[in-house]
Amino acid sequence: MKCPLTATQIADEYFIENRHRLLDIAAFLDRLERSAGSEDSSQDFRVRAFRDAIGTLLDGRGDRARRIQMVFSDPTLEPRAALDRKAAYGAFHADQEAK
Amino acid sequence: MRYIEPHAHMVSRTTDDYRQMALMGCVAISEPAFWAGWDRSTADGFEDYFRQLTEFEPRRAALYGIKHYTWLCLNPKEGENRKLAREVVERIPKFLDRPNVLGIGEIGLNRNTLNELETFRDHVRLALDHRQLILIHTPHLEDKHKGTRLIVEALLSFPGIEPSRVMIDHAEEHTADMILSNGFRTGLTLYPETKVSLARAVDIVETYGFDRIYVNSACDWGHSTPTAVPQFMMEMRRRGHSDESIRKVVFENPIAFMRQSPHFVTPAGELESVPVGAA
Ligand SMILES: [Zn+2]
Repeated sequence: MKCPLTATQIADEYFIENRHRLLDIAAFLDRLERSAGSEDSSQDFRVRAFRDAIGTLLDGRGDRARRIQMVFSDPTLEPRAALDRKAAYGAFHADQEAK
Repeated sequence: MRYIEPHAHMVSRTTDDYRQMALMGCVAISEPAFWAGWDRSTADGFEDYFRQLTEFEPRRAALYGIKHYTWLCLNPKEGENRKLAREVVERIPKFLDRPNVLGIGEIGLNRNTLNELETFRDHVRLALDHRQLILIHTPHLEDKHKGTRLIVEALLSFPGIEPSRVMIDHAEEHTADMILSNGFRTGLTLYPETKVSLARAVDIVETYGFDRIYVNSACDWGHSTPTAVPQFMMEMRRRGHSDESIRKVVFENPIAFMRQSPHFVTPAGELESVPVGAA
C-alpha cells in the first residue's frame, strides 16, 4: 500500500529529524577527512561501502533502503567453512573473506 | 490498547521494565532462549537456563499481570559447537510439556557457517518430531540477506514444514519479501541502531501489508528498548493508520501465530473467533 500521508504531511512529520540525520552523515564524512594519522579513509572497507551506499542514495532509481541493504550485504552464496568471529562488521569484508 | 511483546529476553531485564510494559498495555511476552553474551560451558548450564525460563520467569511476569511464554534451543551464537548442540538438543524434549513452552527458538544462523546450519537443521527436526512451533533468528547486518536465504532454503528442504507454523524474525527491507512470499510469518525488530527504526518498520508494513507480520523489541542485555512496541503503535498513528490496523500487528497477529501451540491461552474476552493459524 501507499503511505497514507501526502508529501507535505510526510515533510511536516519527518523533515526536521531527517535533516538532522543528513547533517550527521555530512559531519561523519568531514570527520574522516580530519582524522589523525596518515591513512586514507577509503582504505577501510566499511567506509568504502558507505560511499557506495551514498551513490545508491543519489542514483534516482527508488527502492533505496532495500538496495542500500544489498550494498552492505555479503553477496556470496555458500556457507562459511568455520566461524571467524562472533559479531558481524556491518559491511561485507571482501578482503577478509578472500583469505 | 493491549499488545503482545512476541520477542523479549526478560531474564536480562529489571522489574522496572516489567512494570513499564504492563503500564503500557502489555498482556503477554514470549521469550526465546538466547545467548547470554558469553558461551555456556555445559549442557547442564542450558538446563538451568531452561528452568529459569519455564519456572522463575513466568512467576516474575505474573507479578505484573503479564503472561510469560518461552521457546527453547541452543541459540545460533553457540551453534558452531556441534558437540554441545547435540547434547542440548537431546535434553530439550523433557521441557516441552511445561505449560509456558510454545516451541523451539530462537534458532537460525549467526555467521552463516556450515556447523551453524547443521545445528539449525537438528533443531528443525526436533521441532517437527515433537510438533512444536518454530521461532527463527536471522543474522545481523551484512550476514542477514545470505543467512535468511540459507534458512529459507533449509526449511523448504523439510517435507513436513508448515510455513504458517514458522516465524522468521528480525526481517528488514531486503529480507521481508523472501520470507513472506514463501508463506512464512515474519517479525520486525525495533532497535535503536541496528535492525529497523520505528519509521522504517511502518514503511515495511505499508509495503508488505498487515498479514503474517508482527513487531518486537527483542530487548536483552544490550542496547535495546523494552517499550519499543508501544512506540511503534505511536508511529503508526503518526502515519495515519487506524486502531484496527495497529491492533492487528501488535495483538492479533502474535495471537494468530502463537495460538497454534496448545499451550497458548488467548487473552480473556479476546479473539475467540480468530481461527487458529489465521494470517
Ligand atoms: Zn532474541
